[in-house]
Amino acid sequence: MRQFPDSLLDDSQIAFRETAIRFANDHIAPNAYEWEEAEAFPKDLYRTAGKAGILGAGFPEDVGGAGGTILHVIATQEGLLRGGSTGVIAGLGSLGIALPPVIAANDPMHIDQYVRPTIRGDKVAALAITEPGGGSDVASIRTKAVKDGDHYVVSGAKMFITSGVNADFVVALCRTGPEPHSGLTFFIIDRTLPGYSVSRALKKTGWRASDTAELSFNEVRVPATHRVGPEGSGFLAVVRNFQAERLVLAAYGHTSAQIAYENARDYAQQRTAFGRRLSGFQVTRHKLAEMWTQIVAAKTLNYTVASRIAAGETLIAEVSAAKNFSTIVAEKVCREAVQILGGMGYMRETVVERLSRDVRLLAIGGGTYEIMNEIITKSLFNPA
Amino acid sequence: MKILVTAKRVTDPNAKIKLKSDKSGIQTDGLEYKPNPFCENAIEEALRLNETHGGEVVVVSIGPSDVQATIRTALAMGAHRGILVTGLDDHQMDSDLVARVFAELYKRERPDLFLLGKQAIDGDSNQVGQLLAEYLEIGQACFASKVEIHGSEAIVTREVDGGLEKIAVGMPAVITADLRLNEPRYASLPGIVKARKKSIDEIDIRSLGIDTHLKVETVAYEEPKTRGGGVTFVGGVDELVGKLKSEAKAI
Ligand SMILES: Cc1cc2nc3c(=O)[nH]c(=O)nc-3n(C[C@H](O)[C@H](O)[C@H](O)COP(=O)(O)OP(=O)(O)OC[C@H]3O[C@@H](n4cnc5c(N)ncnc54)[C@H](O)[C@@H]3O)c2cc1C
Repeated sequence: MRQFPDSLLDDSQIAFRETAIRFANDHIAPNAYEWEEAEAFPKDLYRTAGKAGILGAGFPEDVGGAGGTILHVIATQEGLLRGGSTGVIAGLGSLGIALPPVIAANDPMHIDQYVRPTIRGDKVAALAITEPGGGSDVASIRTKAVKDGDHYVVSGAKMFITSGVNADFVVALCRTGPEPHSGLTFFIIDRTLPGYSVSRALKKTGWRASDTAELSFNEVRVPATHRVGPEGSGFLAVVRNFQAERLVLAAYGHTSAQIAYENARDYAQQRTAFGRRLSGFQVTRHKLAEMWTQIVAAKTLNYTVASRIAAGETLIAEVSAAKNFSTIVAEKVCREAVQILGGMGYMRETVVERLSRDVRLLAIGGGTYEIMNEIITKSLFNPA
Repeated sequence: MKILVTAKRVTDPNAKIKLKSDKSGIQTDGLEYKPNPFCENAIEEALRLNETHGGEVVVVSIGPSDVQATIRTALAMGAHRGILVTGLDDHQMDSDLVARVFAELYKRERPDLFLLGKQAIDGDSNQVGQLLAEYLEIGQACFASKVEIHGSEAIVTREVDGGLEKIAVGMPAVITADLRLNEPRYASLPGIVKARKKSIDEIDIRSLGIDTHLKVETVAYEEPKTRGGGVTFVGGVDELVGKLKSEAKAI
């Protein structure tokens, strides 16, 4: 019998994690420091991961995926994070947010030319929603797509796009009509189309090994066949997509906390001060006990919500709660881990230092902390 | 070609092992298990042989129902089906009993090859393969670092003291895998999902008609001596030799 809360996962989910850990040990951990410093990882890694079947977690088998549920995705991401770089796995994982709207629309051409090659690691995909003018307010998106014969002419800009520098194509949310919500539509836009350009690669606090871009579309002529679903179907697709993205970010939170905690726990048992081990100080022991407690609580919430969603329940507020709770746990636990490591915790050569920067993203990406609270309040009472 | 291959579970080599208070064994509560690495080599070899020669790879193991998970890992790597002999806990087995259980499975399945890890990294006994071949009165090639099939013979390179030895053994035969035999593949994610639908037959030990008395009697388990504060630095060769003689008693 596995220990709680791992006992909330089934054998196949644990097996996904084991495979991901092996992949991370072989292909990520030995290079994590170098790639973080270089603020990039080789594009080859997508192919290596594709070959190992890592990129297919949670995608249906009939589109080239490995099958499994959101819990399988979470278990895989937990394993990959053991490689010690959130940046690498956020970059590798950009297909996790880019492909679901395309798969849901189920156009055979899209599946064969975009979905399958991306899961194999032959193409890199990115999701482009956020714009320089704003991210939280999705209904205010301005990038427009205007029908012109059998093409759409797309003009606008996208901001903070994960894998945007490397992407071979983006799944971009564009405005096809004036109505705030029902005027939005996704398009698959190839990077090779005239007018598509990467304006700049952005430098970040954390997630350093992942490339993040500002993109510009200058009258890009996108074939109408590259529209994802009917016109106006974009907003609902965004809302559906967010659920999985938020749970994965919540899992980044509890896993980052877990890794930071383990590092701090081991350090406390070796490092001595005033003639005893750090773990000999009650204040340190209690700190570790509280870190552990927070992590167990976050995992239990995340696994439980994910498994109910896998079983078909709709839990919008609970997903937001899981993301926010894990965000706080990750920030607190990583802070305390840095504290226990002392000066070493502030050195870039330690994973704890890296994680302490990486987890700051959790309150921003995939919908901010405040937006999560807005979603939760709407489910609690009528805000008017 | 039909191959039987073993998948033994061992305690996680990274976990800290604690003894039971009465020293009758190790504490197994909450302990994580991993597939025995030498079994993984054997499974990898079975799969490679299967890729070139076709046939079937059947994974066998002994232990409580939890051991299904270990077999399932081998199925996720690509093996076809599994057999788990239940009714014996880890501490109710010795190498001899394990070999006799496998001999019984051999008689039921009639494989061309029986592949095993050369030893399990928990007990480190290194006896099952040899005993199994003896009970079955068939050829054996232990510590294999290379296996090739030519007609009805297996050409096996063995890792022996002082070098490599190449032998031919007629099939059916028992082969045990050494570390350098191959690099085991991962269970791919699609493989893991497919493995959920593959069959694992559970056979109760009592239905095999085997005498389950053990030949090895466990008297007690002891923790290894904790290492004292080591001396790291010596002034020169003379002092080193002196310390090796007087303190370490190594020369
Ligand atoms: C590393 C990284 C990777 C990213 N990857 C992607 C990607 O791949 N694709 C993509 O499309 N986007 C991506 N983003 C963008 C991300 O989703 C947005 O940054 C996020 O949604 C917030 O939008 P914003 O930055 O425009 O902030 P704003 O929306 O301008 O918000 C600024 C502040 O105002 C607060 N605020 C806004 N509205 C309210 C309100 N109603 N009530 C209370 N407070 C409010 C916010 O919580 C925040 O604190 C990424 C961002 C980062 C940093």
